[in-house]
Formats: sequence, structure tokens, C-alpha cells
Amino acid sequence: MALATIEGTQVHVDDEGFLTDYDEWSEDLAQVLAARIGIGLTEPHWKAIRFLREDFKQHGETATIRRITTVGGIPTKDLFTLFPKQPAKKMAYIAGLPKPRGCV
Amino acid sequence: MTTQVAPAPIPTFDQGDTGRKLAIICSKGNLDMAYPGLVLANAALGEGVEVHLFFTFWGFDMITKKTMAHLKFTPLGNTATHMPQGLGGIPGMTAMATNMLRKQIASVGVPDVPDFLEQIKASGGHLWACRMSADMMHLGKEDLRDDVEAIINASEFIEMTAGAQLLFI
Repeated sequence: MALATIEGTQVHVDDEGFLTDYDEWSEDLAQVLAARIGIGLTEPHWKAIRFLREDFKQHGETATIRRITTVGGIPTKDLFTLFPKQPAKKMAYIAGLPKPRGCV
Repeated sequence: MTTQVAPAPIPTFDQGDTGRKLAIICSKGNLDMAYPGLVLANAALGEGVEVHLFFTFWGFDMITKKTMAHLKFTPLGNTATHMPQGLGGIPGMTAMATNMLRKQIASVGVPDVPDFLEQIKASGGHLWACRMSADMMHLGKEDLRDDVEAIINASEFIEMTAGAQLLFI
């Protein structure tokens, strides 16, 4: 995985720009990542991002939309409003996690 | 010695803006055949693709209130279960096979059919019912899930899905 800079911070990213080291992420960096894809983080955004971070820490996999809804308790509809069009990938990007692996 | 570190690339999101559209015709009412359409519809919605599901013939069982939670799976005529075909006809075999498949589906975190359709709606998907099937089976809008948008005829469906990619299941 290549070393790259995001606004002066050095991090490891994959070919698409997703962070590859869980521990290189920070909430400040998340703000920057979100801004790069046109999202301003509000409290509801943070609720989803924090769930993803915590869930990944416990299970070693990025939660799918289904899981964020059923386990994280955030309605699917809200996720599509908060992170339009491609919520699962956008959330993973902002949370510094790999894209979800599961189909559903 | 200094090393040059390049700025990180930004993933290309919002490719859904290309106007990609997917129409899936669900014509089967078996539990196993309900899932391919649902999984693909859900995946496409997650990629920002506009999705229309059209339920016709046996696929009506997926959206009829009375049947949608009770779809069944039978090993009869399905050589991929790798069981002697004669076993499939034993009384109770369909119920047993259905139970097993339901458990397997749940074990990978995939919802049952009614919940899955709800998720598809919540993700912005569209559900349509076939006029001819409704007439044949004497079913009206009130017999179908409330989130089915309308009962439409074949030409309305063709019109609505102009330019869409199409899957027949």
C-alpha cells in the first residue's frame, strides 16, 4: 500500500485512495476526507462513522448498509440522505476503512 | 535524502450520475429464485443506480401480502441439491428444505423477502406489479404490499424502462 499525503498528513492508501491502516485515521482526517467528496459532517453523519469504526474494531470487517441499519440502528433511508448515491462506499472512505465485502 | 510523497487519490464516487438504470423482472415465486433479483437490486441501489422491479406471474408471490413471507424451496427437479430426486417427493421434504434454506440465508445476514423489499424501498427502489398477472389471479392493489407503486401493463413497463439494462429472473 502506497504512502500518500492528505493535506499534509502522511497516510497509507490503496489505488483508489481508501486508507489502509486503521490506526492512521483520526476524526480530523475524517473531516478532510468527507470534504474531498463533498460531504460536511454533522452529528448524524458522525453516528454512522463512529458505528463503522467501532464495528470494524470488533469484527474486522466494514459493516454493510444492512448491518448499519439493523445493528447500528440508523435507518437505511437516512444513510442514503446523509451519504447520497453510494452510501456504503462513501462511509467506508470517510471512516478510513476498506469497502464492505458483503453482498447485502 | 528526501522522498517525494504524492497526494492521495480521491475515489470516483457518484458514477450513478451517468443515468444508469436497471430493470429486473421477477417471475419466480420460489424462495431460492426470489433472492437473485433482490440482491442485485440492492447492490445496484447502493451504487447509485435507478432500480425498477417488475413482478409478474409467480413472482407475484414476492409482493402479495398473503404469500410474501411464506415462499418455499423444493429440491424436486433441482439437481443442484445433489440428493436422489425421489427424496424430494417425500411428504414434509419441501418444508424441511425451506427451513434449511431460510436458516442459511439468515446466517449470512441476509433478510427475509418482506424485509429485503422494505430495504430496497428505503434505498430508493421502485416496485411494480404486472396487470395481466393481477387480473389472472384476481388480485388487486389491496392484496399487495402497500409500497408497490402501481399495477401496470407490459407496455407501460417498457415505456418506463427506456434505456435501462434489463434482467429477467
